[in-house]
This record gives sequence, C-alpha cells and structure tokens, in this order.
Amino acid sequence: MGFLNRKDILFIGLLATLVLVVLPLGLEPFRLNLVGKYLTYGFVALGLVLCWGDAGILSLGQGVFFGLGGYCMAMFLKLEASTPEATKIQSTPGIPDFMDWNQITELPLFWRPFHSLGLTLVAIPLVPALLALLVGFAMFKRRVGGTYFAIITQAMAAILTILIIGQQGYTGGVNGITDLRTLNGWDIRTDHARTVLYFVNGGLLVACLLLGQYVRRSKLGRILVAMRDKEDRVRFSGYAVADFKIFVFCFAAALAGIGGAMFTLQVGFMSPSFVGIVPSIEMVIFCAVGGRTSLLGAVYGALAVNWARTALSEAFPELWLLALGSLFILVVVAFPDGLAGVYRKTFDPALDRLLPWLRRRPAAHPPAVLPGAPVASVE
Amino acid sequence: MADDTRYPLHRRRLMQGMAGASAAALLPWSARAQAPATAAINTTGLAVTDSTVTVGILHSITGTMAISETGSVEAEKLAISEINAQGGVLGRQIKSIQEDGASDWPNFAEKAKKLLVGDKCAAVFGCWTSASRKAVLPVFEQYNGMLYYPTFYEGLEQSKNVIYTGQEATQQILAGLDWVNKTRGSKTFYLLGSDYIWPRTSNKIARKHIEGHLAGCKVVGEDYFPLGHTQFNSVINKIKLSKPDVIYAIIVGGSNVAFYKQLKAAGVDLNKQTLLTISVTEDEIGGIGGDNIAGAFACMKYFQSLDNPNNKAFVADFDKMYGDKSVIGDVTQAAYLGPWLWKLTAEKAGSFDVDKIAAASPGVEFKGAPEGYVRIHENHHLWSKTRVGKALANGQYELVYETAELVQPDPFPKGYQ
Amino acid sequence: MLMGYSFGDLGSIMAMQGFAGLILFSVFVLMALGLAVIFGQMGVINMAHGEFMILGAYVTFLTSRLFTTTLPGAFGAYFFVAVVLAFCAAGLAGMAVEWLLIRHLYRRPLDTLLATWGLSLILQQVYRSVFGAREVGVDQPDWMMGAASLSDSIQIPINGLIVMALTTLIAVGVYLLIFRLGWGKQIRAVVQNRAMAGAVGIDTERVDRLTFGLGCGIAGVAGSAFTMIGSTSPTAGQLYIVDAFLVVVFGGAGSLVGTVASAFTISQARSTLEFFLSGSMAQVVVLLTVVGILMLRPQGLFVLKVRR
Repeated sequence: MGFLNRKDILFIGLLATLVLVVLPLGLEPFRLNLVGKYLTYGFVALGLVLCWGDAGILSLGQGVFFGLGGYCMAMFLKLEASTPEATKIQSTPGIPDFMDWNQITELPLFWRPFHSLGLTLVAIPLVPALLALLVGFAMFKRRVGGTYFAIITQAMAAILTILIIGQQGYTGGVNGITDLRTLNGWDIRTDHARTVLYFVNGGLLVACLLLGQYVRRSKLGRILVAMRDKEDRVRFSGYAVADFKIFVFCFAAALAGIGGAMFTLQVGFMSPSFVGIVPSIEMVIFCAVGGRTSLLGAVYGALAVNWARTALSEAFPELWLLALGSLFILVVVAFPDGLAGVYRKTFDPALDRLLPWLRRRPAAHPPAVLPGAPVASVE
Repeated sequence: MADDTRYPLHRRRLMQGMAGASAAALLPWSARAQAPATAAINTTGLAVTDSTVTVGILHSITGTMAISETGSVEAEKLAISEINAQGGVLGRQIKSIQEDGASDWPNFAEKAKKLLVGDKCAAVFGCWTSASRKAVLPVFEQYNGMLYYPTFYEGLEQSKNVIYTGQEATQQILAGLDWVNKTRGSKTFYLLGSDYIWPRTSNKIARKHIEGHLAGCKVVGEDYFPLGHTQFNSVINKIKLSKPDVIYAIIVGGSNVAFYKQLKAAGVDLNKQTLLTISVTEDEIGGIGGDNIAGAFACMKYFQSLDNPNNKAFVADFDKMYGDKSVIGDVTQAAYLGPWLWKLTAEKAGSFDVDKIAAASPGVEFKGAPEGYVRIHENHHLWSKTRVGKALANGQYELVYETAELVQPDPFPKGYQ
Repeated sequence: MLMGYSFGDLGSIMAMQGFAGLILFSVFVLMALGLAVIFGQMGVINMAHGEFMILGAYVTFLTSRLFTTTLPGAFGAYFFVAVVLAFCAAGLAGMAVEWLLIRHLYRRPLDTLLATWGLSLILQQVYRSVFGAREVGVDQPDWMMGAASLSDSIQIPINGLIVMALTTLIAVGVYLLIFRLGWGKQIRAVVQNRAMAGAVGIDTERVDRLTFGLGCGIAGVAGSAFTMIGSTSPTAGQLYIVDAFLVVVFGGAGSLVGTVASAFTISQARSTLEFFLSGSMAQVVVLLTVVGILMLRPQGLFVLKVRR
C-alpha cells in the first residue's frame, strides 16, 4: 500500500466504515437502497476527479458512459427475463417485449453477446472506455480541450439520447429497458438481494477509490496535474500529452460504466433519462460540491447532493429546484473546492496539530488545492 | 405534506355522490359512528388509523411533464376533498401525501417506493407518461400497492395492482376512425406521431383498422418526430403533396403547439382539411391557442363541455376550487375518477387491503362520473364511451358524436398487434 | 407525372420546401446567435440560454395581454413592441446576471457553465411559480398567423417570413456592431488579448457586461419570435437548447460566420431529409453525420484564429 499515507488509510477506512457498517445498520432497507443508488454516482464522480480535477478535462458527457454501462447490464438482464415461456403471448416469443411491440421479429445482432454474463461483465467497462477512446483520440490528438471539449461531449450526450429514444425497437425508447428480474437466476428485486447488491456496490466503490488513489499517486497522476497547470511545458518535456489525456478520459469512462451497471442492478431498470445533458451535468455538480480535487470529497459530494435532493423534494415538492439551483451557484462561486476545500482549510490543520503522527510524508504530498483556481487547459 | 380537508363541503357533490356510494357515506357523523374497526379493514399494515387513511399523489410538478400533470393533481385533490366532505372512506378521512416525480422516470420509481414502503399508502393516484408507469409498475407489484393511472395509453398491459382510469388504445381509436369514415367519407389517412410507444402503438392499431376493417381506405403516409420537436414545415409540405382526407395526429407536449401553429401558418384550414387527434385535450389547447386549432376533431372520452348534470357539477366545483377559468381535459377527468373508484371499491370490499380492493374492483360502477357512467372491467380498465368533439375557437370542444354503448376495454386487442 | 404527382404539384412543393429550409435556417441562426456571441466573445457557455429565450417569450405574452386589455386597437402591431421589450428585458437580466455571477468566474470558464446551469434551474422554477406550470397561449394578430399565397398552390407561412426578417435584422445588426463599430473593436480586442486591451484603456468589465447582455438580449428576441411557432412554458427553453448547442459546436464555437454556416448546413440537411424520411430518422441521420464530421474535424467548420 505504498500509494497510501496514514491519513489516506484513516479517511478511506472511515468512508468504508460509514458505507459498509454505519449506514446499513442505521437505515431501513428502502433508504439503504436509495443510498446504494447515490453511491453509484460516486463512481462517476471518482472518474471526474481524475479527469476534471487532476487533468483539467471537463467532460459533460459522463452520463453517456454511465448509461452505456447501465444499458449493457440491462440488456443482459432483459434477455434473461425474456425467456420464451415468459413472453409466450408475444408474436415472437423469446425477444424483449418492446421489440415485439415494434414489430421486430428477430433479436438484433448487437444484443446477442449479452446472452452471456461473462461478455456482459467485460462489456460494462469496455464499451464506455472504447467510446471514450474514440472521442478522446479525435479530440485530444487535435488539441481540442477546455470549454470546447466540454460542449462537444455535451452534444454527444444529446445525440446519444436522441438515438436511444428514436431507435425504440432496439433500445426500448424513452421508456428504457424495464421489468428486469433476475441475475443468473437470482431474483434482484427482493430486499435481501438489494442489501447484498448494496454491499457489492459499496465494496466496489472502495476498490475503485483505491485504484483511483493509486493512479493519482503514480507518476502518471503527477503528469496529469502538470498538464493541467502548464500543458505546453509538459509537452516540451517530451511527454505525449494527448495520450495521457486519452487514458484518463477512458479510465473515467470505465468507472462511470461500472457505476451505471450497479445502478441498473439496484434500481431495476435503465432509461435514457440517465444519458442526456441533464444527468451529465448533475454528475459534474456532485463532483464540484464534494471537491473536484478530492476522491473522497467526490463520493461525499454524490451522497450529499442526492440526499439533499431527496430530502428537499420530499419536504418542498414545489420549491426544491430553487434550493438546488442556489446550492449549485453557491458552491461554484463561494466554495470552488467544495466540501474537500472547506475541510482542507479548516479541519486539516487542526487534525495535523492534534495527531501529528498522521502527518503526510513530504514525498507523497498529494496534488492539493492549487494556488488560485484551476484553469482549464488552453492550447 | 399532509393535505387535510382544506376545502369546504360541496353540497352538490354530496347529493350526487350518493348515487354510487353506500348508504354509510350519506351522513358523515353517523358514518363515523358506524365505522368498522381498523383491525378488520386493514390486515396488511397500511397507514390506516381509526379516523384517517393515507393515500399518495405522485405526479410531476416540476420538469417538462408538469405542463400536463398539473391538471391531474388538481382533479385528484378535488375528488379527495369531496370524498372527505361526505364522510371519507369506511368512516375515515383521506390524508394525501404528495410527491414530485419531477418528469424523471427513475425518480417516479423512488417516490413510489417511498409512498408504499415509507408511508404505507393505501392507494396511490398518479403517473402520466407510459415511461413513468413502466418505471413504477414493478414497485407496485413487488410491494403490493394500488395505483390509479389516469392517462389514455397504449394498452399491452394489465396488472392486478393498477386500475387504468383512462382509455386503452382501441377504445380511443376505433370508434373515431369509424365515425370519420362514415360521416365524412374519408378514405385516405396520414398518420403522425411523436416518437415513443403510445403514438407508435396507437398508429399501428389505426393502420390495421384502416387497412383491414374500413373498405377502400388506405394510409398514405406515416411520420414520427422526436419528443420536443418544434419544426414541422417539411412534413406539412409532405402532407400537402399527398392530400390525405384525414390527418391523424398523435403529437404530444410542446410539439403540439408548434405543429398546430405551423399548420395554420402554412395555410391549412382545419375547417376544410379534416384533422383527427387523440392527443390534444382542452389542457393542450390552452397553449396552442383556440384560434389555431379550431375545426380539428378530437377523439376522447370526456370533454369539458359535456352536457350532463354530473359534469356541470364537476366543472362548477373545479372552478370553485381553482378559479373561474379552469381547464379540464380528458386526463384530468380520468384522474378525478381515481379516488372515487377507490372509495367505492373499498366500500364494496369492506376493506383497505390491496388484495381485496384488487379483487373487488371488477364491476364497481361510478354513476357520478363527469363523463356519465363508468364501470371497472375484469381487466382493470374502464368501460366507457368514446366521443368525438370539434375544437372551437374558445378553447372548448363541441360534442359531435358519442358511441351509443359503453366500449369494452381491450388492452391486448387480437388482430391489432 | 412523377410518382403519381403532377409536375405543377411537385414544383410548388419544391418551392415551399425551399422556404421551409430557409425558415428553419433562420430559426437556427436566431437561437444560436446569442449563444455564439457569448461563447465566441467571452468563452462563457451560457447554460441558461434557453431560459433567457423563455423570458423573451413570457415578455411577449405579457405584452399581448397588456395590448388586449388597454390598447385593443393596436393589437395588430403589438408584436414589434414585444420584440423590443423582450430584447431589453432579457438583455438587462443578462447584464444583471453578469454582474452578480459571471464576472466572478472569468478565470474559471468551466465553472460558469455550472453556475449558469444552477441559474437555469432557478429561472425555470421562478417561471413556474409566476406563470404556472401549464403552457400559456400567446395570441398573435390574425395577419401574422396566415399564409401568403404566391400562387394557387404555393403558400408561404407569414410567421416564417417574420422570423426570417427578424433574423436578418439581428444578424446584420450583430455584424455591424462587432465588425464595423468602435464598440465591436473593443470586444474583439478583449477577445484577442484581455490584458493588452485593458492596458490601452478599454474598460474590459463594461465590454464583458454589454456583450453578455447582447447575447441574452438576442436570446430574448428569439424567444419572442418563437411564440409564433412554438410553445411557451417554463421548460420550453429545453426544446431549443440542444439544437442551439449543436449549431454552435458544429460551426466552430468561436466563430460567428461558422455559426451561420453551420445553421445553414444543418437546417438544409434536416429540412430536405425530413421530406424524404420520417422526422425521427431524419434527425438521426443528421446527428450521426454531425458526429462523424466532428470526429474528423473536432474544431468545427470554422476555427477562429486568435492568439491564445
């Protein structure tokens, strides 16, 4: 565990305890399932910390990757739910119901691999990563970055949503892929299954967090930060800047894909409303609220924003958008480093004084808050 | 957000509800005295106390669907306040908890679960789009809740846990097509729709009916547009080129406004060109503008202008509660049926238990329905009449045709799939 | 005869289709121009663009109400008053937003995007609270909702012609403002080198505020014009925003000429394809082509050459 210092171990341990022990003990199954859903956004937020916080690449298309991962999972589950016996009232038994409603008589070719659980599990991180590779290659090799990259990814999100909705015979359209029942024969709808999935989800999240931390503490992570701050200087030092960007973009996409798949499993369906512009921006907001340069902050951000949204919309169904909108503006204007920034300014020094043995070793100093605000990469 | 009896008792409604209600509901105070014991009518742990029963209202009040769903919320609250004014259900006042679906389907699922698991609602009135219903259906089936769903929809679904108070597709389509063919001699049809399951399924049924059951009739064009599409000039030109007798339009949401405004601006006079729609209610006309759609025909089961005592009282009560110029569309009326049907069913079953409600539902009739009379079919849809109305410049429809008999709901129509 | 249609019919349809394409082009330019001005000149993505459009639409709605109650005789001309009011209202609101919010974020262009997103949520809810969740019907004078008949079979929508005229007016106005007037020189100077521009005495803050106001004002005009062809509701801005972004991205976000060229390309492709394919398919084909071209040429059609 060379990439973790004492403080990391303490805080990751705290998060793991919170997610895997405290919350399951303290919450009824329904609320726990909700927390599980929020945590799936944590995967996306982790990717965004690396991509946006560290490397300065703001992607407004993370919903696309989240959705692709989710759809991969949903396609597998849907095929499993569409056995010839279960669908015998259809004109073509054995294909998903929405295909039958759209006069499709044969399972389309791209659905076939999703008969296999193994291929599905491979596809969940791979499909988003491949799309990210394609987009990243086209953009970064031509040195497109900054705001322009952001709105291209946003256009991508819009386009994919329209495609999914338009091709309803193949994708379920605006309804999405619904009525998912079992995973390899195991009913995912019961409270017990939901609890098990919650723990799988929490465990995976902590694993991804460790992986992310590993990447950040590696040389690669430091090059990313260097790129964000002075791209040309890194380029002139002989690094292939574009390749690093492509890597981190793909990595973030794969994480988002895993989050999407866990989402499908826990919520029981997938629909294009997770793919579009709105969810993509919201995911960025989770990350911004938590602190764009802190992996832990991002997870807490995803939890906090979603919890606030649920609580506000239950308490003030007519006014919660006002509160949420104000929260976004407040965070961006007043706390650009989010929760993590607040923590670093106020609690961290106190903690260092209180428990000196926790202090970070200088060599492994993490990419902390920047002097001034992070500036988008400009070529 | 508990929403108690904020609204005054309406005597007219009280008189009229008598028709369908059991005798106990006639006199609120005696009813309460006779109210059955909670343990007897609630064996599954629903939120029922000795004096109250809790239900949920689940619609989008924010986001794009708020445009359409607002009316449903109003109607459901009106029905609940009227039922309470008459003494409630089984001697219990109805408390409603409202949740916002926010036009976001997974959010609907989350809120549905909250209403069922967290609040133990005895029934939920809600959802509007097919997508939101599909999202909540597994939740209702898993936690054994009861959903009253108000929208006309594509059919292909039937559930123990849902009562569909709107029409399924064949109820809304077939009679209208027959009428336009018979009375206006229309032979050629141009089908239009927003691109999702309801218009697609509906147009599929329409096409089968036109080509299979109406002699000498044919479909000359079929077009779909993404939801939210705002540019219709090209398709209007296409329609002009193929000169259909009937434009059959199932366009929804904001696109509607764009379509009818552009149609009018392109010089298509709806008094000369027959247009039949199943998606434009009085609610939508508010946004389109009466002038822009006057002359079009709509095939629904309810129009605000229906001339019967039930409806007159209903519209008056609606106006009283929400202001003079209230707009009541087909779905709003169907939403109003939900609480009443639930009340009548609970009294028939003598219990709030969802299983008993589901079992008692078939055959329940509501004689006080603004649309006239409805009865629940074995398949949990409603027997109701199909009506055709002509849009007037003042934003209302004028009834031009109604089926003589109630039309049987047939969510899985043979020969139309 | 061709495909069962007479040549006369086909001729008139082609003429009308040509106009449909031009109208769509005007609509695209109108909705994208404000966005492009703000993004191209300031590097700020205004996610609340659609909401500023709807502000214009609601101003038009209120104006129409005002005219029906106080000046019914002049109702036929209310629209022109409404357009001016919409421009002013949206422009002033834009300047206020710039002063309160955007100017604190110039060093963080990506953050403006998130902040304006929050703003758009707030505006939507404000519209909903003030005007109700339902669509409002904006009445147009009769002369604006009809069709102009060029021949027996060729009818051109008058509201389309009005949109075209407005678009031309705005586009020429923006061109003159940015490329011919002294103020435009200041804007361009600030775009090219903010520090230098400040050093030679240009009040860069004022330039920023006016530019943002201009972009929002144009959005207001667009919203006002779209009451003729679309719906007015708290969330209607979302209907236009995707197309607007696509046009701007495809055009090469920095360049106004690019925006116009891209609006032209996309509108013609869309309008032609919609005639031959189903509306949904046409959109899919156009989008996929746009994506394909963006992959090959991610900078968009036109790239602004400036010193970075």
